[in-house]
Amino acid sequence: MMRTSDLISSAGRALRSNPLRSALTALGVIIGVASVVAMVALGSGAQAQVERSIASLGSNLLIVVPGAQRSGGGVRAQAGGGMGWDTLTIDDAEAIAQLDGVAVVAPSQRARTQVIANGLNWNPQVEGVTPSYLEARDWEIASGRMFDETEERQARRIIVLGATVANELFPNLDPVGQMVRMNGGTFEVIGVLESKGQSGSGADQDDVVLAPLTTVKRRISGRRGRGDSVSQISVKAQSEDVLNTLQQDVETLLRQRHRTREGEDDFTVQNLSSITETAAQTTQVFTYLLGGISAVSLLVGGIGIMNIMLVSVTERTREIGLRKALGARQGDILRQFGLEAVTLSVAGGIIGLILGVAGAWLMTSLFTLPLVISPLNAGLAIAFSGLVGVLFGAYPAWRAAQLDPIEALRRE
Amino acid sequence: MSALIEAQALVKLYRMGDETVHALDGVNFTIARGEYCAIVGPSGSGKSTLMNIIGGLDTPTSGRITIADNDIGAMSDDDLAVFRNQTIGFVFQSFNLLPRLTALENVELPMIYGGIIPKERRERAAALLARVGLGARMGHKPTQLSGGQQQRVAIARALAGKPSLILADEPTGALDTNTGIEIMALFRELNAEGATIVIVTHDHEVATQTRRTIEMRDGHIVADRVNGQEARHDAHV
Repeated sequence: MMRTSDLISSAGRALRSNPLRSALTALGVIIGVASVVAMVALGSGAQAQVERSIASLGSNLLIVVPGAQRSGGGVRAQAGGGMGWDTLTIDDAEAIAQLDGVAVVAPSQRARTQVIANGLNWNPQVEGVTPSYLEARDWEIASGRMFDETEERQARRIIVLGATVANELFPNLDPVGQMVRMNGGTFEVIGVLESKGQSGSGADQDDVVLAPLTTVKRRISGRRGRGDSVSQISVKAQSEDVLNTLQQDVETLLRQRHRTREGEDDFTVQNLSSITETAAQTTQVFTYLLGGISAVSLLVGGIGIMNIMLVSVTERTREIGLRKALGARQGDILRQFGLEAVTLSVAGGIIGLILGVAGAWLMTSLFTLPLVISPLNAGLAIAFSGLVGVLFGAYPAWRAAQLDPIEALRRE
Repeated sequence: MSALIEAQALVKLYRMGDETVHALDGVNFTIARGEYCAIVGPSGSGKSTLMNIIGGLDTPTSGRITIADNDIGAMSDDDLAVFRNQTIGFVFQSFNLLPRLTALENVELPMIYGGIIPKERRERAAALLARVGLGARMGHKPTQLSGGQQQRVAIARALAGKPSLILADEPTGALDTNTGIEIMALFRELNAEGATIVIVTHDHEVATQTRRTIEMRDGHIVADRVNGQEARHDAHV
């Protein structure tokens, strides 16, 4: 019975004796593993990107906006005013809050104005919101505080800055407690929001100023005459399970309140979670597809190993015969050739993993995606390459072990 | 002297197309421990088949052969591998050294399959190479050695497993006359030290240098004589 250390050194010596051939054989596995690792990492990165934008929108969220949905599936731009664009009101929001399954309702009014502070100016989105907006959007305060309901009703001149606005206006300064000028008035910064990053469509969600809804309507928004209208109502459901039911309930309720029939709606309820979920599923399928195509190249690499091992068995017939004459059992020969194949494939797997990670890093930085490499996937890639070695090395090793020593020694 | 090899009514049949070839057709003989003996015969006489069976590389169709109390016909493939490793030392016409390994590593090879620890087998291999006169060439690859030197490495390898029997197949066939004489002298020395040696050859010159000649033809033993004395046909039956 052969010692394990002798088995390993014997296989290593056989592989080193023909380094170019060993390298080319391993190359098939290297390319296979590298492409699987890189493609799966790329796909996972895209998936993580989509999931991140789901999370940044807030979970279990319905967004009600004025205007009907186009037949093409999109929503008409709500800027520009005109008929039908001021159909949502604070009263609508209060009515929605009475529905079953609602966790929180946050009406908001959007405006755009210049913000001047600290000798700098910036042109962010200004959202007039109620305090519940943060809960609806799963948003946290990074420093300072949010205004409360009393301050909101009193239309106080206080604001909370998004991370981008805070950085642009107060690059070296704590913005909390500072004064800014907006639309001719002076406002105090009482808080800074946590960063949310880009939205699914690539817009910077941190380029925003939150102000009390009443303040925006009275002091910033130009539409003072339509005091009750809002540009958006965020509705957070109590759980994902009731989200679709709640969407229908909101639509029914608003039709009753607006006295419209289905198909003539003057509002649209967007279920963003379901849209992004679909996107996440699509990227996941995409990941499997990329991984699957790459796995084919790993298969080809395995066939390359089998091919070379068969050539090697033929070339070394005499050596195998001699080893058997000197006392090698079938198991010894089987293990030696099997180990050569597994060594080739696992070495190829490790090199392929390194190249694959490097390739994934290159591609994700090129496409500005997050780099997602799970230790599980890396381990699986190595284990799978080992399996390829076992599967495709088994037949040549078996052939070697079965050789008749008399015939083998006679071979020139 | 006790018997090392006992063969009774040994038969080996091969099928060649529709024909059945009687490679061995009822062979009986005994070889005692410490003997130095040659099996001779032309090609097709059955001597190679007999050698393969004695070496545990092949098994008889019928009859019985025991070597150092091992019943060759009753052993599995793995048992035969262990038998070859522990009981037989092979010497081949074409040396059969592995070209990638040094002389020392070639001698170590059977001990690797014997599961002997590296330190012990390296020491033993070095001692055996010194014994065959190659103490200064242990690190050489086979291609850096002459034919005679390669055959000495092969003989050292045959001795590595402390075998009961050295089995040599045309050991001088690939060597020039003088080198062949040197190798035969080495065998004689080893036999004088107690090794049992069987040489298979077609060359009567070689056979007469041993102490006993078994002559085969058409699957039968046709002569069995002590060299330098009268024939003693079937003396051991």
